[in-house]
Amino acid sequence: MEISTALVLNAIVAGLLLGGFYAAVSVGISISFGMLDVVNIAHPAFIILGSYVAYTVHERFGIDPIAVSLVASPLYFLLGMAIYRIYYLCFERRGQESLRGLAFFFGILFITEVTLLLIFGVDYRLVETSYSSTTLRLGVVDFPLRLVVPFAVSMAMVVGLQLFLARTFFGRAVLAVAQDQLALRLMAIDPVRIKEYAFALSIATAGVAGAFLIVIQPVQPAIGREYIGLVFAVCVLGGLGSIWGTLLGALILGLAESFTSTFFGPSWAPAVSFGTLLLALAFKPSGLLGR
Amino acid sequence: MKRLTVWLSATIALVLAASAQAQQPLKIGFGMSLTGPLAGNGKAALISMEIWKDDVNAKGGILGRKVEFVYYDDQTNPSTVPSIYNKLLDVDKVDLVVSGYGTNVIAPAMPIMMQRNMVFMSLFGLNVNSKFSYDRYFQIMPAGPEPAIDWSVGFFDVATSLNPKPQTVALVGADAEYPSLALEGARANVKRLGLKVVYDKSYPPNTVDFSPIVRAIQATNPDIVFLASYPPDSAGMVRAVNEVGLKTRIFGGGLVGPQFASLRTQLGPLLNGIVNFESYTPEVASKYPFLDQFLAKYQGRAIKEGVDPLGFYLPPYAYAMMQVLEQAIKATGSLDQGQLAEYMHKYEFDTFVGKVRFAKNGEWSIPRMLTVQYHGVAGNDLEQWMKAGNVTVLYPASYKTGDVKAPYQDNKK
Repeated sequence: MEISTALVLNAIVAGLLLGGFYAAVSVGISISFGMLDVVNIAHPAFIILGSYVAYTVHERFGIDPIAVSLVASPLYFLLGMAIYRIYYLCFERRGQESLRGLAFFFGILFITEVTLLLIFGVDYRLVETSYSSTTLRLGVVDFPLRLVVPFAVSMAMVVGLQLFLARTFFGRAVLAVAQDQLALRLMAIDPVRIKEYAFALSIATAGVAGAFLIVIQPVQPAIGREYIGLVFAVCVLGGLGSIWGTLLGALILGLAESFTSTFFGPSWAPAVSFGTLLLALAFKPSGLLGR
Repeated sequence: MKRLTVWLSATIALVLAASAQAQQPLKIGFGMSLTGPLAGNGKAALISMEIWKDDVNAKGGILGRKVEFVYYDDQTNPSTVPSIYNKLLDVDKVDLVVSGYGTNVIAPAMPIMMQRNMVFMSLFGLNVNSKFSYDRYFQIMPAGPEPAIDWSVGFFDVATSLNPKPQTVALVGADAEYPSLALEGARANVKRLGLKVVYDKSYPPNTVDFSPIVRAIQATNPDIVFLASYPPDSAGMVRAVNEVGLKTRIFGGGLVGPQFASLRTQLGPLLNGIVNFESYTPEVASKYPFLDQFLAKYQGRAIKEGVDPLGFYLPPYAYAMMQVLEQAIKATGSLDQGQLAEYMHKYEFDTFVGKVRFAKNGEWSIPRMLTVQYHGVAGNDLEQWMKAGNVTVLYPASYKTGDVKAPYQDNKK
């Protein structure tokens, strides 16, 4: 195969667009797992839930799925609060969060899947938006709007989250929860409340990422499981608890996948992605931007 | 007197036992994908099989026994299959077994079937028996006696009928059981036809963006692109092909997905120009005189249960699979696995999908999978697919309704 400039440029753009989507599906895990120490294995199920909510509203009212997800994000936030409250009362408060908490989130994963299965059936669902079939062409480089729109919203979401966590009192409190809960209590801040809000934030991002997913590819209730490995890989590569790290990790994995698929064969993509992860961890065990 | 009493008691016991046996339902067991990636097909197959069961029971059952199904969800996960069939045979004590849908879940059941000497009627497994050579294996998909090769014969024969004859081919498919087998057969056809392979790679099934793959294919400038894929990656590849604007003469071959309503309505005009396989299409309805009765029943139930409302691809064959078993049992008057297998090898069966005769390896003795091209699809509504108009049958010759339109991009105009 002849390696042309067009092929390289398109591989870069495709990798970045894919990385943007990976960042959106992973940023919630970075908060819950990286900052709060909550191993939310059900995260992909909330992504799929977000996909189906976007799908349903789009089917009924014709509203753009990504707009739906942004409007519905307060509801995902409330759902996240409720789930964390149950998790806290049943497991974390009793110091049983490690194994039983993991089983709890596995349970949520299966319950969400089965509920979606009962409501929507087993067929694949996809949303055809007004921009789904449009590709912008700048010179030799293609920009399929099906990926560009989720990328743009994902970037806004990730950067917004980073600014929110870095520059607000609440954000700093979340970062403090990850480091020293006792110190936080001494400053008259309730770490449980902070964790509750932060966890809810992570679920809200999952819901929004779900809308991206159904714009990009067909979805069925059990498809979320395919993303479990990926979201944790992105977070670990970037550095647990670092939003910028998650973004960087997602873009690196997106680029690795795109370049491998283009120049070496797509079946090598997972090996190259996870090889990159292992290599990065060998030199920097805390992840690229981890502390 | 004492002898008479013993004789009478024995006779009464036998009559009672026989009558009890007659009351016992005839149990048919199987695993079926009711959740997981192929659940859409699994549920559609189950509806068909239940329609068959209702039809048979309405006529008094088989051998005077009502038919009953015992089935479990295999979750589209091959690792669940062996335990399901062991339970069906050891705990549920079923009389007969059939397979679930697809190569991935048929292959893991084979060692158990062979160990127990069971007749194994299977539903759309591609070339499963090539490694096992089991003489009680039968398969209802009309792929032909050499399934892996016959599967893509139509596609490649149509492609190479173009003038000037194509010279180069790109082969691509998912890293999964069916696509691997389909690609294996495609390679054999490519060799037979003397084509030059310029791209031959597979991709992980959970790939999100397929555009780098399509660009890599485009860089090799192939005359033919053969794709073997499952529904989610079929959708991803079709979208990427349209986004990149793939320039080739023929594209398609082995896409699972465009046969079903969900992908047809979601992809709509993006399907125009693709050459693919179908097991039935309304364009050739006259060749399947009794199928409309079945489809009317199926479509009513499918819409209620939220599965493929068209039912063209798999459901008629799921019903036909059960018709084959029914006819074999009735003809032999027995559930003896050896007798059933012998009968199934020897005789032809009349089903809703036409006459079925099995080759020595349990596959159809004559292939009859249709090679079609989609065209003129406008919009995303389902109605246009319910009637003839958007599909040209290209192969086999006896079913042909038109000629292929190439190059691929000309179908987009």
